[in-house]
Amino acid sequence: MSRSSPFALLGNATSISWIEVPEWPAAELVRRTGAELDRGARLCAWFGVPDGDGTRLVAVIAFDADNTLAVARSTPTNGAYPSLTVTHPQAHLFEREVWEQHALTPVGHPWLKPVRKTAGDAPANGDFFRVDGGEIHEVAVGPVHAGIIEPGHFRFQCAGEEVLHLEIALGYQHRGIEHALTGGPHRVTANQMEAVSGDATIGHATAHAAVMEALAGTEAPLRAQWLRAIALELERLANHTGDLGALANDVAFLPTASACGKIRGDFLNLTALLCGNRFGRTLVRPGGCRHDLEPARLARLSEQLNVALRDVERACAWLWDAASVRARFENTGTVFTQQASDLGMVGPVARACGLVRDVRYDHPSGWYRLAQTPVAVWPDGDVFARARVRWLEVQRSGEFLQQQLAAAVDGGIREELPASAPDMLAVALVEGWRGEICHVALTDASGRFRRYKIVDPSFHNWIGLTLALRGQAISDFPVCNKSFSLSYCGFDL
Amino acid sequence: MTSILEFILRLAVWLLLAPALPGIINKVKAWVAGRQGPPMGQLYYDLARLWKKSVVMSTLASPAFIIGPAVAWIAVLVAAMFLPLGPVGGAPGFHGDVLLFIYLLAVARFCTTWAAMETGSAFEGMGSAREVSYAVLSEAALMTAVLSLGVQSGSVTLNEMLATSAGAGAVLLAAGLFTVLLAENSRVPFDDPNTHLELTMIHEAMVLDHSGPPLAVILHGASMKLMLFAVLLAEAVLPLGNMQPLMATFALIGAVLAVTIGVGLVESLLARFAFRRAPLLLTTAFLFCVFALLIAWKGGAA
Repeated sequence: MSRSSPFALLGNATSISWIEVPEWPAAELVRRTGAELDRGARLCAWFGVPDGDGTRLVAVIAFDADNTLAVARSTPTNGAYPSLTVTHPQAHLFEREVWEQHALTPVGHPWLKPVRKTAGDAPANGDFFRVDGGEIHEVAVGPVHAGIIEPGHFRFQCAGEEVLHLEIALGYQHRGIEHALTGGPHRVTANQMEAVSGDATIGHATAHAAVMEALAGTEAPLRAQWLRAIALELERLANHTGDLGALANDVAFLPTASACGKIRGDFLNLTALLCGNRFGRTLVRPGGCRHDLEPARLARLSEQLNVALRDVERACAWLWDAASVRARFENTGTVFTQQASDLGMVGPVARACGLVRDVRYDHPSGWYRLAQTPVAVWPDGDVFARARVRWLEVQRSGEFLQQQLAAAVDGGIREELPASAPDMLAVALVEGWRGEICHVALTDASGRFRRYKIVDPSFHNWIGLTLALRGQAISDFPVCNKSFSLSYCGFDL
Repeated sequence: MTSILEFILRLAVWLLLAPALPGIINKVKAWVAGRQGPPMGQLYYDLARLWKKSVVMSTLASPAFIIGPAVAWIAVLVAAMFLPLGPVGGAPGFHGDVLLFIYLLAVARFCTTWAAMETGSAFEGMGSAREVSYAVLSEAALMTAVLSLGVQSGSVTLNEMLATSAGAGAVLLAAGLFTVLLAENSRVPFDDPNTHLELTMIHEAMVLDHSGPPLAVILHGASMKLMLFAVLLAEAVLPLGNMQPLMATFALIGAVLAVTIGVGLVESLLARFAFRRAPLLLTTAFLFCVFALLIAWKGGAA
């Protein structure tokens, strides 16, 4: 199918010369991107690259079934272009972002408002959608929340306990990461990449390293790829376990909540055993990894992993056995498959709507080309499905780790990275624990970054949470929110 | 002279012992979860700490924001003073004091709700709406329970009503009253006293904006209400009037402890219900009390 695409095709974690990327007027790019999306492609990234007086739009799409990515760009454009969102809602936030960053107006966009631009000390939230009526009340939550969580503003339109509409305004943690990368990579870049979303340190660092290696036309040593895969799955285990515990906590089911909080720490400690930091900071670097896993520590890691996996199995068994938990999880916060597909949702949240999409399987790169893990899917789209997919992934990541720890490859773990090629575009997708992490880098004539685009899975998925809340009881918001478990800072960049 | 001494003693029991109950519940929960948990006297420390703090008041709120919790606290305390503390601590009741008892609890609820609505916050509005909705059902169950006790004992004075046992319907009455206790005191499965999520709160949402001494008064009042319902449940079920005074006292203490530990176990092992399902459980509690009433009314004749 992708063979006949007018887009330029490339594999995951590879690069393509900027000149070879097909170039059409903006309206034509929108039309052709729409046509590809209709044929089953998925929008991974849509961003602007300043060029002369205008801005070029770049579309990165994924043909999951063909294990292929595709890119295209527009000629430098000014002013306005016909909106892609009108026909393909998955572009809605990308177009708002382009409008905010490059002042290109998508004509016909139904809800054009700032994404993360600041006005004074706070994000410019713009107007919120309002429902009129004497019975309607509006509830504003955040940006400062009661728990120790990130800031975000939630605006509910309610009729009694029922939520008619939820709108989410983020941007409180906008740090200008993408902007800081222009002209890079700098000395701090690798550290900044680990802080895009701190709980997905390995995911973002691996995506960045893959982009750098693709630009340099090389690959990390095989043992480094093996180490990255192990660290990525440990990150998934820790976060999924933590989320299952937090879900139990939100419905006041204490046994699992208490146990999973502790076991999450056990998994984090395994990452610390690997590299000295519980979140995997400083492990992954372009060109390889900084810490090796000697046989003695490998044995300890295997042993402790087995204990933690046994513990998590028991803690989650309580959760699945409790009828009162099931009553809360089932039919709560349902997102339909069609909605998830239309909105381009990714990660466990999309898989919980029955969508079979997993970068590790669809676009394998690094170690995942050699060792695969089945895609965990559950059909219902409710909180139960999202919890269930996490549990399946905990089991499968556990098995994956047990197998791969026993299948270590020898060799070095880091090689000096050659200079990045000039005028190249590199794309890397990594299945982080939240879903597809997409890094796109474009180099200038001297091989420095001309544009660096990061798409955190949360960028695709926040809209799913607002749909999940439609017609739900407002008291179910926390458990729905936790079942999505999205990143605020990964969105805000 | 003895009656004044007795009055002071009873007052001391309610004021000083009540904050221990939430501590026991938290210990039970911690024990089940395999944690150490906060010390038993945590609420005492919290109350002392809050008492020393200043009050932050919304510029929009009227004095009712402070008066509400104060009146509610007094109402709960007076209601508690009508409850006998076993045969040794007989209350100075009068004919029909049970109605005053129920209405005092309603006054307390009214004042808390009123104070909650003062700030005009959406959270407190929601919390108040939920509190009052649940109250419609739990008050009906409480009324029926009291009615069944009245029929059983042939009296409308709390002292006499609670001296005898609930008879054959005791188990039904215990189940009904225990559910009412959980609902009235915002425990799992109706509410989650530990949650920090405003959108899911009931009672907690109503006191979000309170601080300092008024918050201390609210927390202390809540612990007294918990003890009040535990004592009511224990005395409704146990035939304390037929026991030796010393035995009866120990039986009462044991029963109150058992109820408290029971609340802790429920909270440890059960997830919280969705809001739309909670009325079902309260209706069940109401029906338990109705059947207890029927047994008290017709059971003796059969």
